[in-house]
Amino acid sequence: MNEFITAFESVFTRSNVFYMLRGLGVTFYVALISIILSIFFGTILALFRTYGNKLLKGFSITYIEIFRNTPNLLWVLAIRFMIRMPEPFDAPMYSGILAFTLFTSAVMAEIIRGGLNSVHKGQFEAAYSQGFNFFQTLIFIILPQCFKAIVPAMLSQVITVIKDTSFLAQVAIEEFFNNSKWIMSAQIDSTVNQSMRVFIIFGFVALVYFIINFILSCIVRNTRKRRQVA
Amino acid sequence: MGAFSVQKWEKLFQNFDPFLEGFGTTLYIVILGLILSLILGIIFGIFSTSHLKVLRGISRVYVEFFQNTPLLVQVFFLYNALPYVGVFMPVKTIGILGVGIYHGAYMSEIVRTGIQAVPKGQEEAAASQGFGYLQSMGYIILPQALKVMLPPLTNVAANLIKNTSILAVIAGGDLMYQADSFASSTLAYGPAYLVVGALYFIICFPLARLSGYLERRFGATPKPKDYSALLSSYETGKGEA
Repeated sequence: MNEFITAFESVFTRSNVFYMLRGLGVTFYVALISIILSIFFGTILALFRTYGNKLLKGFSITYIEIFRNTPNLLWVLAIRFMIRMPEPFDAPMYSGILAFTLFTSAVMAEIIRGGLNSVHKGQFEAAYSQGFNFFQTLIFIILPQCFKAIVPAMLSQVITVIKDTSFLAQVAIEEFFNNSKWIMSAQIDSTVNQSMRVFIIFGFVALVYFIINFILSCIVRNTRKRRQVA
Repeated sequence: MGAFSVQKWEKLFQNFDPFLEGFGTTLYIVILGLILSLILGIIFGIFSTSHLKVLRGISRVYVEFFQNTPLLVQVFFLYNALPYVGVFMPVKTIGILGVGIYHGAYMSEIVRTGIQAVPKGQEEAAASQGFGYLQSMGYIILPQALKVMLPPLTNVAANLIKNTSILAVIAGGDLMYQADSFASSTLAYGPAYLVVGALYFIICFPLARLSGYLERRFGATPKPKDYSALLSSYETGKGEA
């Protein structure tokens, strides 16, 4: 027990806790920006694929199929090592955001396309009969219904993005898992039980990810259940 | 286009063997990982529809834990932490266990929804005919649930293939790892990533098409069989049923 306490104390020192929290901040920041951007670009791709002309449809299908059928990690590595980010975005974090946005846009596009297909065709006709043009119909009638239908699927994808930000530890972006691993490998004096230390850190990392994602998955489940009842 | 210059392509084709080797390793891990995840998915999926609270609880904990923590953390735990307590596993085993257990949680949820989509009456009817629990599962419920389960299962299978790339971070010898080590030693990042992307695409794309096809074929929800022709044949007494 005493051993456990010394190991515990060696992990959760003031500076270590701050370091991990700063990593958690980066994790949240990368996930949040990537999700917002990919919902935006995903909507455009989905609209192209559903209502676009041949050219736009072809572009959208090619983009979606390429990104959906290759690993996210490949894009993380490729962008980190091959693309020099322009001036205000040259921090390593931004290449992570770019990779996640590119990849997640394709996934979001497929989810949004499913939502668009679930909206009844009659909605278009009804809107036209009321004098709405195509874009007005999309923005005021179709998209709101579409987004409402896909909230659970989108939240599930948010969970995936939060989990996958851990890939960024692999390209030395200082997010949560990267910082935790760094603490794990830090030199400490021999009085501390190293194996216990490693287990404590892994337990803590898993717990933090779990709490965040479990809350989200509870929301997903509740919305699904509410809809089934309604 | 310095990133894709001719010299870099030459280097790539002179060293193409590691890529094929990595492709083989990835396929090996994919196949065994898929089998493991299917077994776990069916077991825990059946648990979660069980009448026993304990079994439902076990399945819930399994699914929630593995769905809500990153695969990378799980794999690193197997690779970095377990040796401290004397458990040493070869990287390929870690890969199979890692992706198998992680995607088993997703499979389990699919099996659960599949079983729940089969009307309760089927189980009762099976019981009335003297089927035991496992018999009715194996002969009556699961075959019907399969139609609902197949499209999302192929989806999870595609995710499993993509996620085997995580092995690269523990030197798993898979496709992604070979590409990464080739690229960092020769600096031919462009061709290496392009070729590897194409190889992943070759495995994943057919699966994605299959998933789309199955979805169209079976529809999102199972429809009750249309027995009206059969019933009317009884009424008139001259049906072909």
